[in-house]
Amino acid sequence: MPLSREQLAMRAAKELRDGYYVNLGIGIPTLVANYVPDGVEVVLQSENGMLGMGPFPFEGEEDADLINAGKQTITEIPGTAYFSSSDSFGMIRGGHINLAILGAMEVSEKGDIANWMIPRKLVKGMGGAMDLVAGVRRVVVVMAHTNKEGESKVLKQCTLPLTGKACIDLVITDLCVFEVERGVGLKLIELAEGVTVDEVKAKTEAAFTVSENLTTVAV
Amino acid sequence: MNKVYNDAKSALDGLLFDGMTIMSGGFGLCGIPENLIVAVRDSGVKDITVISNNCGVDDFGMGLLLQTKQIKKMVSSYVGENEEFERQYLSGELELEFNPQGTLAERIRAGGAGIPAFFVRTGFGTLIAEGKETREFNGEMYVMESGLFADLAVVKAQKGDRWGNLHFNKTARNFNPMMATAAKYTVAEVEELVEIGGLQGDEIHTPSIFVDRLIKGPKYEKRIERRTTRPRT
Repeated sequence: MPLSREQLAMRAAKELRDGYYVNLGIGIPTLVANYVPDGVEVVLQSENGMLGMGPFPFEGEEDADLINAGKQTITEIPGTAYFSSSDSFGMIRGGHINLAILGAMEVSEKGDIANWMIPRKLVKGMGGAMDLVAGVRRVVVVMAHTNKEGESKVLKQCTLPLTGKACIDLVITDLCVFEVERGVGLKLIELAEGVTVDEVKAKTEAAFTVSENLTTVAV
Repeated sequence: MNKVYNDAKSALDGLLFDGMTIMSGGFGLCGIPENLIVAVRDSGVKDITVISNNCGVDDFGMGLLLQTKQIKKMVSSYVGENEEFERQYLSGELELEFNPQGTLAERIRAGGAGIPAFFVRTGFGTLIAEGKETREFNGEMYVMESGLFADLAVVKAQKGDRWGNLHFNKTARNFNPMMATAAKYTVAEVEELVEIGGLQGDEIHTPSIFVDRLIKGPKYEKRIERRTTRPRT
Protein backbone atom coordinates (compact mmCIF):
# COMPACT_ATOMS: atom_id res chain seq x y z
CA MET A 1 0.00 0.00 0.00
CA PRO A 2 1.51 3.34 -1.02
CA LEU A 3 1.83 5.78 1.87
CA SER A 4 -0.80 8.53 2.17
CA ARG A 5 0.14 12.21 2.46
CA GLU A 6 -0.24 11.99 6.23
CA GLN A 7 1.89 8.83 6.41
CA LEU A 8 4.61 10.51 4.35
CA ALA A 9 4.57 13.42 6.81
CA MET A 10 4.67 10.98 9.76
CA ARG A 11 7.71 9.20 8.32
CA ALA A 12 9.47 12.50 7.62
CA ALA A 13 8.75 13.61 11.21
CA LYS A 14 10.92 10.73 12.43
CA GLU A 15 13.91 12.69 11.07
CA LEU A 16 13.33 15.41 13.68
CA ARG A 17 15.63 15.48 16.71
CA ASP A 18 15.32 17.41 19.93
CA GLY A 19 16.93 20.83 19.55
CA TYR A 20 16.78 20.94 15.77
CA TYR A 21 16.16 24.13 13.80
CA VAL A 22 14.04 23.02 10.84
CA ASN A 23 12.74 24.49 7.60
CA LEU A 24 9.62 22.86 6.14
CA GLY A 25 8.69 23.37 2.49
CA ILE A 26 5.22 23.91 1.07
CA GLY A 27 2.74 20.97 0.71
CA ILE A 28 3.30 17.64 2.50
CA PRO A 29 6.40 18.98 4.33
CA THR A 30 4.16 21.55 6.07
CA LEU A 31 2.14 18.65 7.55
CA VAL A 32 5.28 17.35 9.31
CA ALA A 33 4.68 19.99 12.00
CA ASN A 34 1.59 17.95 13.06
CA TYR A 35 3.67 14.85 13.87
CA VAL A 36 6.58 16.08 15.99
CA PRO A 37 7.45 13.09 18.21
CA ASP A 38 6.84 13.30 21.97
CA GLY A 39 9.81 14.64 23.88
CA VAL A 40 11.24 16.35 20.80
CA GLU A 41 11.33 20.15 20.76
CA VAL A 42 12.13 21.73 17.39
CA VAL A 43 12.15 25.35 16.22
CA LEU A 44 10.60 25.99 12.80
CA GLN A 45 12.17 28.57 10.53
CA SER A 46 10.29 30.62 7.96
CA GLU A 47 12.86 31.96 5.52
CA ASN A 48 11.24 35.36 5.09
CA GLY A 49 12.59 36.11 8.58
CA MET A 50 11.33 34.15 11.58
CA LEU A 51 12.33 31.39 13.98
CA GLY A 52 9.66 29.83 16.15
CA MET A 53 6.68 29.56 13.83
CA GLY A 54 3.38 28.83 15.52
CA PRO A 55 0.17 27.33 14.07
CA PHE A 56 -2.27 29.12 11.75
CA PRO A 57 -4.28 31.81 13.58
CA PHE A 58 -7.91 31.51 14.60
CA GLU A 59 -10.30 33.27 12.25
CA GLY A 60 -10.40 36.98 13.05
CA GLU A 61 -6.88 36.94 14.55
CA GLU A 62 -4.91 37.09 11.29
CA ASP A 63 -2.04 39.61 11.22
CA ALA A 64 -0.95 40.99 7.82
CA ASP A 65 2.55 41.53 9.27
CA LEU A 66 2.92 37.87 10.25
CA ILE A 67 3.16 35.41 7.35
CA ASN A 68 5.21 32.35 6.45
CA ALA A 69 7.32 31.73 3.35
CA GLY A 70 4.18 30.47 1.56
CA LYS A 71 2.55 33.86 2.35
CA GLN A 72 0.01 32.20 4.66
CA THR A 73 -0.99 33.92 7.87
CA ILE A 74 0.62 32.29 10.92
CA THR A 75 1.17 33.00 14.62
CA GLU A 76 4.11 33.52 16.94
CA ILE A 77 4.89 31.43 20.02
CA PRO A 78 6.86 32.21 23.19
CA GLY A 79 10.48 32.32 22.03
CA THR A 80 9.77 33.53 18.49
CA ALA A 81 12.50 35.69 16.92
CA TYR A 82 12.19 37.98 13.89
CA PHE A 83 15.01 39.12 11.61
CA SER A 84 15.70 40.37 8.10
CA SER A 85 15.72 38.13 5.04
CA SER A 86 19.52 38.54 4.75
CA ASP A 87 20.01 37.31 8.33
CA SER A 88 17.57 34.51 7.57
CA PHE A 89 19.44 33.29 4.52
CA GLY A 90 22.70 33.83 6.37
CA MET A 91 21.54 31.16 8.83
CA ILE A 92 20.54 28.91 5.92
CA ARG A 93 23.69 29.41 3.83
CA GLY A 94 25.89 29.31 6.91
CA GLY A 95 24.78 25.77 7.75
CA HIS A 96 22.97 26.70 10.97
CA ILE A 97 19.66 25.06 10.02
CA ASN A 98 19.85 21.37 10.95
CA LEU A 99 17.23 19.99 8.62
CA ALA A 100 15.10 20.97 5.62
CA ILE A 101 12.16 18.83 4.49
CA LEU A 102 11.16 19.70 0.93
CA GLY A 103 9.03 18.47 -1.95
CA ALA A 104 10.50 17.65 -5.36
CA MET A 105 9.44 17.07 -8.95
CA GLU A 106 12.50 14.87 -9.65
CA VAL A 107 15.58 13.59 -7.83
CA SER A 108 18.62 11.78 -9.21
CA GLU A 109 20.70 8.87 -7.95
CA LYS A 110 23.57 11.31 -7.26
CA GLY A 111 21.40 13.40 -4.97
CA ASP A 112 20.46 16.17 -7.42
CA ILE A 113 17.04 17.77 -6.99
CA ALA A 114 14.71 19.60 -9.40
CA ASN A 115 11.71 21.38 -7.94
CA TRP A 116 11.45 24.90 -9.36
CA MET A 117 10.94 25.02 -13.08
CA ILE A 118 9.29 23.17 -15.97
CA PRO A 119 10.61 24.44 -19.32
CA ARG A 120 7.99 25.91 -21.66
CA LYS A 121 5.60 26.35 -18.76
CA LEU A 122 5.37 29.66 -16.96
CA VAL A 123 8.18 30.00 -14.45
CA LYS A 124 7.17 31.53 -11.15
CA GLY A 125 10.67 31.58 -9.68
CA MET A 126 12.75 29.54 -7.26
CA GLY A 127 12.11 31.61 -4.13
CA GLY A 128 14.35 30.22 -1.38
CA ALA A 129 14.57 26.64 -2.68
CA MET A 130 18.08 26.91 -4.16
CA ASP A 131 19.47 28.55 -1.02
CA LEU A 132 17.90 25.86 1.19
CA VAL A 133 19.25 22.85 -0.71
CA ALA A 134 22.70 24.46 -0.95
CA GLY A 135 22.95 25.56 2.66
CA VAL A 136 21.02 23.29 5.01
CA ARG A 137 23.08 20.52 6.62
CA ARG A 138 20.61 17.70 6.00
CA VAL A 139 18.03 17.80 3.20
CA VAL A 140 15.13 15.33 3.23
CA VAL A 141 12.86 15.06 0.19
CA VAL A 142 9.24 13.90 0.39
CA MET A 143 7.70 13.08 -2.98
CA ALA A 144 5.52 10.80 -5.08
CA HIS A 145 7.56 7.90 -6.49
CA THR A 146 6.02 8.19 -9.95
CA ASN A 147 4.19 10.81 -12.00
CA LYS A 148 0.58 10.57 -13.17
CA GLU A 149 1.69 8.42 -16.14
CA GLY A 150 3.37 6.00 -13.73
CA GLU A 151 6.89 7.05 -14.78
CA SER A 152 9.70 7.15 -12.23
CA LYS A 153 10.56 10.49 -10.63
CA VAL A 154 13.68 8.94 -9.06
CA LEU A 155 16.02 9.12 -12.03
CA LYS A 156 19.56 8.46 -13.20
CA GLN A 157 19.68 12.16 -14.11
CA CYS A 158 17.05 14.83 -13.63
CA THR A 159 15.41 15.97 -16.87
CA LEU A 160 14.17 19.28 -15.40
CA PRO A 161 16.46 22.23 -14.60
CA LEU A 162 18.18 21.58 -11.27
CA THR A 163 17.55 23.36 -8.00
CA GLY A 164 20.77 21.91 -6.62
CA LYS A 165 23.43 19.32 -7.39
CA ALA A 166 24.40 16.43 -5.08
CA CYS A 167 22.68 18.09 -2.14
CA ILE A 168 20.02 15.73 -0.74
CA ASP A 169 20.42 13.07 1.96
CA LEU A 170 17.17 11.12 2.17
CA VAL A 171 14.26 10.50 -0.22
CA ILE A 172 10.90 9.44 1.22
CA THR A 173 8.40 8.35 -1.43
CA ASP A 174 4.98 6.75 -1.15
CA LEU A 175 6.66 3.38 -1.86
CA CYS A 176 9.96 3.44 0.00
CA VAL A 177 12.84 5.34 1.59
CA PHE A 178 16.25 5.82 -0.02
CA GLU A 179 19.37 6.97 1.77
CA VAL A 180 21.53 9.14 -0.50
CA GLU A 181 25.29 9.27 -0.43
CA ARG A 182 25.73 12.67 -2.07
CA GLY A 183 27.41 12.36 -5.47
CA VAL A 184 27.59 8.56 -5.14
CA GLY A 185 24.29 6.70 -5.08
CA LEU A 186 21.07 5.48 -3.47
CA LYS A 187 20.47 2.75 -0.93
CA LEU A 188 16.98 1.35 -0.35
CA ILE A 189 16.52 1.24 3.43
CA GLU A 190 12.75 0.97 3.99
CA LEU A 191 9.70 -0.31 2.09
CA ALA A 192 6.11 0.76 2.61
CA GLU A 193 4.02 -2.07 4.01
CA GLY A 194 3.07 -4.51 1.23
CA VAL A 195 5.57 -3.07 -1.28
CA THR A 196 8.32 -5.38 -2.59
CA VAL A 197 11.88 -4.70 -3.76
CA ASP A 198 10.84 -5.92 -7.22
CA GLU A 199 8.01 -3.38 -7.35
CA VAL A 200 10.40 -0.57 -6.39
CA LYS A 201 12.89 -1.79 -9.02
CA ALA A 202 10.17 -1.80 -11.67
CA LYS A 203 9.09 1.75 -10.80
CA THR A 204 12.55 3.31 -10.33
CA GLU A 205 14.77 4.46 -13.19
CA ALA A 206 17.72 5.22 -10.88
CA ALA A 207 20.13 2.50 -9.83
CA PHE A 208 20.14 1.66 -6.12
CA THR A 209 21.54 -0.87 -3.71
CA VAL A 210 19.40 -2.65 -1.12
CA SER A 211 20.31 -2.36 2.55
CA GLU A 212 21.08 -5.55 4.44
CA ASN A 213 18.84 -4.17 7.16
CA LEU A 214 15.85 -3.39 4.96
CA THR A 215 12.83 -2.62 7.14
CA THR A 216 9.18 -1.63 6.76
CA VAL A 217 8.34 2.08 6.98
CA ALA A 218 7.02 2.60 10.50
CA VAL A 219 4.08 5.04 10.50
CA MET B 1 17.31 67.72 11.12
CA ASN B 2 13.86 66.84 9.83
CA LYS B 3 13.49 64.29 7.06
CA VAL B 4 9.69 64.15 7.28
CA TYR B 5 7.73 65.14 4.17
CA ASN B 6 4.02 65.86 4.03
CA ASP B 7 3.06 63.22 1.54
CA ALA B 8 4.41 60.54 -0.77
CA LYS B 9 4.41 62.80 -3.82
CA SER B 10 6.58 65.47 -2.25
CA ALA B 11 8.87 62.85 -0.67
CA LEU B 12 9.67 61.51 -4.15
CA ASP B 13 10.02 64.95 -5.76
CA GLY B 14 13.24 65.21 -7.79
CA LEU B 15 14.21 61.57 -7.21
CA LEU B 16 12.42 59.93 -10.15
CA PHE B 17 13.59 59.65 -13.75
CA ASP B 18 12.88 57.36 -16.72
CA GLY B 19 15.13 54.29 -16.92
CA MET B 20 15.94 54.34 -13.21
CA THR B 21 16.39 51.38 -10.85
CA ILE B 22 14.07 51.19 -7.82
CA MET B 23 14.29 48.75 -4.92
CA SER B 24 10.97 48.10 -3.22
CA GLY B 25 10.74 46.41 0.18
CA GLY B 26 8.38 43.67 1.25
CA PHE B 27 7.81 39.94 0.91
CA GLY B 28 4.62 39.10 -0.96
CA LEU B 29 2.24 41.85 0.16
CA CYS B 30 3.77 41.91 3.67
CA GLY B 31 5.71 45.06 4.53
CA ILE B 32 5.38 46.74 1.14
CA PRO B 33 5.54 50.55 0.86
CA GLU B 34 1.99 50.75 -0.43
CA ASN B 35 1.66 54.55 -0.41
CA LEU B 36 5.01 55.22 -2.08
CA ILE B 37 4.27 52.64 -4.81
CA VAL B 38 1.05 54.50 -5.67
CA ALA B 39 3.00 57.79 -5.82
CA VAL B 40 5.62 56.24 -8.14
CA ARG B 41 2.79 55.08 -10.37
CA ASP B 42 1.09 58.47 -10.36
CA SER B 43 4.38 60.21 -11.29
CA GLY B 44 4.31 58.42 -14.66
CA VAL B 45 8.04 57.56 -14.49
CA LYS B 46 8.73 54.73 -16.95
CA ASP B 47 11.23 52.07 -18.12
CA ILE B 48 11.94 51.25 -14.48
CA THR B 49 14.05 48.31 -13.35
CA VAL B 50 12.40 47.08 -10.16
CA ILE B 51 14.35 45.04 -7.61
CA SER B 52 11.78 43.40 -5.36
CA ASN B 53 11.39 39.85 -4.09
CA ASN B 54 7.90 39.63 -5.62
CA CYS B 55 5.76 41.72 -7.93
CA GLY B 56 2.59 42.25 -5.90
CA VAL B 57 -0.78 41.09 -7.22
CA ASP B 58 -2.73 42.42 -10.21
CA ASP B 59 -4.35 45.33 -8.38
CA PHE B 60 -2.09 45.96 -5.38
CA GLY B 61 1.55 46.65 -4.65
CA MET B 62 4.02 46.49 -7.54
CA GLY B 63 1.25 45.00 -9.71
CA LEU B 64 -0.04 48.59 -10.07
CA LEU B 65 3.11 49.60 -11.98
CA LEU B 66 2.73 46.58 -14.25
CA GLN B 67 -0.80 47.60 -15.19
CA THR B 68 0.50 50.98 -16.36
CA LYS B 69 3.51 49.34 -18.11
CA GLN B 70 6.02 51.48 -16.22
CA ILE B 71 8.29 48.50 -15.49
CA LYS B 72 10.92 47.46 -18.04
CA LYS B 73 12.61 44.77 -15.96
CA MET B 74 11.99 42.87 -12.73
CA VAL B 75 14.72 41.39 -10.52
CA SER B 76 12.88 38.96 -8.22
CA SER B 77 12.94 35.49 -6.69
CA TYR B 78 9.27 34.58 -7.12
CA VAL B 79 6.58 36.32 -9.11
CA GLY B 80 3.58 34.27 -7.99
CA GLU B 81 0.09 34.54 -9.25
CA ASN B 82 -0.02 37.72 -11.28
CA GLU B 83 -1.89 37.52 -14.60
CA GLU B 84 -0.67 40.83 -15.99
CA PHE B 85 2.90 39.87 -15.19
CA GLU B 86 2.44 36.58 -17.01
CA ARG B 87 0.96 38.30 -20.05
CA GLN B 88 3.70 40.95 -20.34
CA TYR B 89 6.46 38.41 -19.75
CA LEU B 90 5.19 35.91 -22.34
CA SER B 91 4.71 38.69 -24.93
CA GLY B 92 8.28 39.89 -24.38
CA GLU B 93 7.28 43.33 -23.06
CA LEU B 94 8.84 42.68 -19.67
CA GLU B 95 12.34 41.46 -18.84
CA LEU B 96 12.80 39.20 -15.86
CA GLU B 97 15.86 38.17 -13.88
CA PHE B 98 15.33 35.47 -11.27
CA ASN B 99 17.65 35.35 -8.27
CA PRO B 100 17.51 32.77 -5.49
CA GLN B 101 15.86 34.57 -2.58
CA GLY B 102 18.89 34.42 -0.30
CA THR B 103 21.20 35.49 -3.09
CA LEU B 104 18.91 38.45 -3.81
CA ALA B 105 18.91 39.42 -0.12
CA GLU B 106 22.69 39.15 0.08
CA ARG B 107 23.27 41.05 -3.18
CA ILE B 108 21.30 43.94 -1.69
CA ARG B 109 23.07 43.71 1.67
CA ALA B 110 26.45 43.61 -0.10
CA GLY B 111 25.57 46.57 -2.33
CA GLY B 112 24.72 48.65 0.72
CA ALA B 113 27.86 47.57 2.55
CA GLY B 114 30.30 48.48 -0.24
CA ILE B 115 30.94 44.87 -1.29
CA PRO B 116 30.96 44.58 -5.11
CA ALA B 117 30.88 40.76 -5.28
CA PHE B 118 30.91 37.62 -3.16
CA PHE B 119 30.77 33.82 -3.52
CA VAL B 120 27.91 31.48 -2.55
CA ARG B 121 27.29 27.75 -2.97
CA THR B 122 23.68 28.51 -3.94
CA GLY B 123 22.91 27.64 -7.56
CA PHE B 124 26.18 25.93 -8.42
CA GLY B 125 25.53 23.45 -11.24
CA THR B 126 22.18 25.08 -12.11
CA LEU B 127 20.94 27.58 -14.73
CA ILE B 128 21.58 30.40 -12.25
CA ALA B 129 25.34 29.85 -12.43
CA GLU B 130 25.54 30.02 -16.22
CA GLY B 131 27.92 32.75 -17.37
CA LYS B 132 29.06 33.46 -13.81
CA GLU B 133 32.55 32.97 -12.42
CA THR B 134 32.89 29.89 -10.21
CA ARG B 135 35.69 29.09 -7.80
CA GLU B 136 36.67 26.34 -5.40
CA PHE B 137 37.11 27.10 -1.70
CA ASN B 138 38.02 24.31 0.74
CA GLY B 139 37.05 21.65 -1.78
CA GLU B 140 33.59 23.07 -2.55
CA MET B 141 32.42 24.99 -5.60
CA TYR B 142 31.00 28.50 -5.30
CA VAL B 143 29.36 30.98 -7.68
CA MET B 144 30.28 34.66 -7.79
CA GLU B 145 27.37 37.07 -7.33
CA SER B 146 27.47 40.86 -7.50
CA GLY B 147 26.22 43.52 -5.09
CA LEU B 148 23.15 45.54 -6.06
CA PHE B 149 22.76 49.30 -5.67
CA ALA B 150 19.72 51.25 -6.84
CA ASP B 151 18.89 54.86 -7.66
CA LEU B 152 16.07 54.77 -5.13
CA ALA B 153 14.84 52.46 -2.40
CA VAL B 154 11.28 52.68 -1.09
CA VAL B 155 10.73 50.87 2.19
CA LYS B 156 8.01 50.50 4.80
CA ALA B 157 8.38 50.38 8.57
CA GLN B 158 5.95 50.30 11.47
CA LYS B 159 7.48 53.25 13.32
CA GLY B 160 9.94 55.99 12.49
CA ASP B 161 11.18 59.33 13.87
CA ARG B 162 12.06 62.60 12.10
CA TRP B 163 15.73 61.60 11.84
CA GLY B 164 14.68 58.50 9.89
CA ASN B 165 15.30 55.81 12.50
CA LEU B 166 13.05 52.84 11.68
CA HIS B 167 11.43 49.97 13.56
CA PHE B 168 9.79 47.08 11.68
CA ASN B 169 7.02 44.76 12.84
CA LYS B 170 7.32 40.96 12.82
CA THR B 171 7.84 39.41 9.35
CA ALA B 172 7.14 42.78 7.68
CA ARG B 173 10.87 43.44 8.18
CA ASN B 174 12.01 41.03 5.40
CA PHE B 175 13.88 42.94 2.64
CA ASN B 176 13.26 46.45 4.00
CA PRO B 177 16.40 46.92 6.16
CA MET B 178 18.86 45.86 3.46
CA MET B 179 17.14 47.90 0.75
CA ALA B 180 17.30 50.99 2.96
CA THR B 181 21.11 50.71 2.81
CA ALA B 182 21.49 49.99 -0.90
CA ALA B 183 20.33 53.04 -2.86
CA LYS B 184 21.44 56.60 -3.59
CA TYR B 185 18.22 57.79 -1.95
CA THR B 186 16.03 55.92 0.51
CA VAL B 187 12.48 57.04 1.15
CA ALA B 188 10.61 55.33 3.98
CA GLU B 189 6.95 55.28 4.89
CA VAL B 190 5.78 54.48 8.42
CA GLU B 191 2.49 53.69 10.08
CA GLU B 192 3.40 55.74 13.11
CA LEU B 193 5.66 58.77 13.41
CA VAL B 194 7.17 59.07 16.89
CA GLU B 195 9.16 61.79 18.64
CA ILE B 196 12.95 61.60 18.73
CA GLY B 197 13.59 59.28 21.67
CA GLY B 198 10.27 57.54 21.10
CA LEU B 199 12.22 54.60 19.75
CA GLN B 200 14.73 53.15 22.22
CA GLY B 201 18.19 52.67 20.71
CA ASP B 202 17.82 48.91 20.92
CA GLU B 203 14.48 49.02 19.09
CA ILE B 204 15.95 50.70 16.03
CA HIS B 205 16.41 48.18 13.21
CA THR B 206 17.46 50.71 10.55
CA PRO B 207 19.56 53.60 11.89
CA SER B 208 18.64 57.01 10.48
CA ILE B 209 21.88 57.36 8.47
CA PHE B 210 20.34 55.14 5.78
CA VAL B 211 17.09 57.10 5.38
CA ASP B 212 16.90 60.36 3.41
CA ARG B 213 13.19 61.14 3.56
CA LEU B 214 10.14 59.72 5.25
CA ILE B 215 6.40 60.09 5.43
CA LYS B 216 3.64 58.89 7.65
CA GLY B 217 1.40 56.85 5.33
CA PRO B 218 -2.12 58.37 5.26
CA LYS B 219 -3.71 54.91 5.25
CA TYR B 220 -2.75 51.26 5.18
CA GLU B 221 -4.75 48.53 3.53
CA LYS B 222 -2.18 45.82 4.50
CA ARG B 223 -3.85 43.28 2.30
CA ILE B 224 -3.41 39.57 3.13
CA GLU B 225 -2.48 37.34 0.19
CA ARG B 226 -3.29 33.92 1.69
CA ARG B 227 -5.55 34.16 4.68
CA THR B 228 -5.09 30.81 6.43
CA THR B 229 -6.76 29.93 9.71
CA ARG B 230 -7.39 26.95 11.97
CA PRO B 231 -10.75 25.99 13.45
CA ARG B 232 -11.54 26.90 17.05
CA THR B 233 -11.95 23.62 18.90
